[in-house]
Amino acid sequence: MPRVLVLFAHPRLERSRTNRALLKALPASDRITFRDLYELYPDMQVDVRAEQDLLAAHDVVVLHHPLYWYSVPPLLKQYIDLVYAFGWAYGPGGTALKGRTQFHVVTTGGGADAYSSAGFHGHTLQEFLLPLKRTATLCGMQWAPPFAVQGTHRVDDSELERIAQRYGRLLQGWAEGTLTLEHMSGTTDQHHLLTSAP
Amino acid sequence: MASFLADAVVYLGAAVLCVPVAKRLGLGSVLGYLLAGVLIGPFLLGFIGEEGKDIMHFAEFGVVMMLFLVGLELEPALFWRMRRQVLGLGGAQVALTTVLLMALTLIAGLPWQAALAAGLALSMSSTAIALQSLKEKGLSNTAAGRCSFAVLLFQDIAVIPILALLPLLAVAAPVTGGGTWIEGLPGWQRTLVVLLAVGAVVGLGRYVVVPLLRVVARTHLRELFVASALLLVVGIALLMETVGLSPALGTFLAGVVLANSEYKHELESDLDPFKGLLLGLFFMAVGASINFPLIAERPVLIVGATLLVMVAKAAVLLAIGRRAGLATDQNLLFGAGLGQVGEFAFVLLAFIAQLGLLDGTWTDGLMALTALSMTPTPLVMLFNERVLLPRVGTTEAPERAADTVEERNRVIIAGFGHFGSTVGRLLRASGVHATLLDNDSDQVDLLRKMGFKVYYGDATRHDLLESAGAAEAEVLVCAIAPEAAPALVDTVKRHFPHLKLLVRSRNRMDAYELMDQGVPHIYRESIDTALRLGADVLHELGVRAHTAHRAALRFRSYDEAALKELAARRGDKQEYLSGVRAAIAEQEELLRKDIGLDLDDHDHAWDSQEMRDGIAAAQRSTRATG
Repeated sequence: MPRVLVLFAHPRLERSRTNRALLKALPASDRITFRDLYELYPDMQVDVRAEQDLLAAHDVVVLHHPLYWYSVPPLLKQYIDLVYAFGWAYGPGGTALKGRTQFHVVTTGGGADAYSSAGFHGHTLQEFLLPLKRTATLCGMQWAPPFAVQGTHRVDDSELERIAQRYGRLLQGWAEGTLTLEHMSGTTDQHHLLTSAP
Repeated sequence: MASFLADAVVYLGAAVLCVPVAKRLGLGSVLGYLLAGVLIGPFLLGFIGEEGKDIMHFAEFGVVMMLFLVGLELEPALFWRMRRQVLGLGGAQVALTTVLLMALTLIAGLPWQAALAAGLALSMSSTAIALQSLKEKGLSNTAAGRCSFAVLLFQDIAVIPILALLPLLAVAAPVTGGGTWIEGLPGWQRTLVVLLAVGAVVGLGRYVVVPLLRVVARTHLRELFVASALLLVVGIALLMETVGLSPALGTFLAGVVLANSEYKHELESDLDPFKGLLLGLFFMAVGASINFPLIAERPVLIVGATLLVMVAKAAVLLAIGRRAGLATDQNLLFGAGLGQVGEFAFVLLAFIAQLGLLDGTWTDGLMALTALSMTPTPLVMLFNERVLLPRVGTTEAPERAADTVEERNRVIIAGFGHFGSTVGRLLRASGVHATLLDNDSDQVDLLRKMGFKVYYGDATRHDLLESAGAAEAEVLVCAIAPEAAPALVDTVKRHFPHLKLLVRSRNRMDAYELMDQGVPHIYRESIDTALRLGADVLHELGVRAHTAHRAALRFRSYDEAALKELAARRGDKQEYLSGVRAAIAEQEELLRKDIGLDLDDHDHAWDSQEMRDGIAAAQRSTRATG
């Protein structure tokens, strides 16, 4: 059965109601490894060797982060820069990540409607995540459509609770093998996942 | 041979039995040895009889060695920095105490020379006991601690001129001796000889001994170095004795001369065990020679005289402390810590007896007095801490306005010096209020004025921690003197196991002790600063600031790992290496480990040579196949 590695990167978790709620729903399972990157590496000194060993030992890599200026927070970028190394993740002999799945859990302040060609931001979330998708592809990883929690400023408590439960079931699904890429094929945005997640 | 072995068993056995017990009771090792001596002496178990006096002559060599080491450790720079305190406080203490005690002994009917000698001998305090108890309680850095150190330093040095002065006081011919060169010379010529001999020792030390040690060191035979160190001390002692001078004076000088040589630490660690053993023997001999029948004959007189001397000494100390501007409670600490008569008194009294300055009854009596005065020091300190201090000056607990609800702080910071205060300020700036513990009353008064909640006293005490709210707190930051930290860790582990302990340590050696105690969070106070400085050096040399910063951080985690590794393998080495030597050996091992260390963190930044080579190779192979 697949093993799931959750790489959580939020510089100010204590200020994020949404992410605290999501983390509370994190399933306790020995198949799911949770890494709170800002807690582990407050000085941005990522332990490359240890992280590479962890990545190699898991099948699904969940990058869980807020969207900052249409991208990942700096520590997660630093993580990718250092850990997805030349000769290990890509380049000659760089096959360590091959066959794994990269799956983003993204929280955005703006609502889903703002992330569309006609919306305020002018592009979909998937479009903004293009560099990350390309990164995964270059390393031989498969790209799963992201799970997005959007409009976090407007979500009320009961709605947040429902979303959090879905987040938990989603991770559980990856870990138990009941959620696969096939379930997601053809999805172009996060809405599919929100409705069809197991 | 058999009797020698039996004697050795008696002495060593008594020491091994009594010293740990004395230490356990907080009495210190000097008293442990004294008690051991009393136990095996002629008046109690009677294992050793009159030969105790002969042993004493042999064991006096321990004192000689101690003075050599005192000289060796005397840092001229430290002395110079503290010169005003040392000369002012120390000079005043020795002079005033001597005059006061001389007056008392004059009243008791001694001639003035004898009275002066006795006064000088009794003015000494016990470096071993006083510094030890200050250190154990982590009070070395308080105002009282620094004053005590200054006075003790002066006394250590003053012993030398006193030893030179005593023969001038001797009106009667020395009872022992015979065959020395200066015998029969008039007083001023003796002084001249003293000066000549001193010059000889200084010259020899500088121009003969150091080159000789260099040759010996090159053989890389450790025992040969130990042998030369012993030869040096014994040789100088013999020379001085032949001339008719005090061997202690000679070796002290030799120590001072060699203090600046590159073999200082080598000599120190090689002679240390000998010094310890011989000093132990010396104190045992003193204990064995305490004349109990004399005390039993006139108990009131001896005990009364002891109390009188201690009160007189304490009065002088308190007066000096007041003049020096010590706050009342610091002053009490100063007086209580140095009120006893010290081990140097034994040396001086033995010498005085040899010179015939005082008759046997007097020296026996004064020796008993000295030993008696040393015993209650820990008790006096305890009495001072528990009974006197809470009543005067700085109170133990902060005063609480009657109607405020006691806030419960989640953090306790023990020790609010430079280190602890920085921690406290960061916490306060982040909105976390901590309860503070400190044992420097001056500091405590200041902090209370600034509105901090401060408890005053010894943070290793369970009851003080209790009243500071240790039962409800979550985190305890230990920033007290590194010597006292293990005791605090012990107390916390025993009484408040729920507390998370974050402990500051001074260096690697302290850290090991804490690691042995199972403290998970240890902070060596110099490492981060040193690494920051190192990174700045790299930057000054043109390394990019961020790269240098990252190198320093990576070095730190590497160093922490190395620390753990060395700690695990430390036990077996410690048995044959002591103190400084172990530190040097470890430094070497660390430096060796560093060779080949790669601080680059696999960050090719998309443009490394390795990367270009790899891509070029890949392209070549593609062309070859395609």
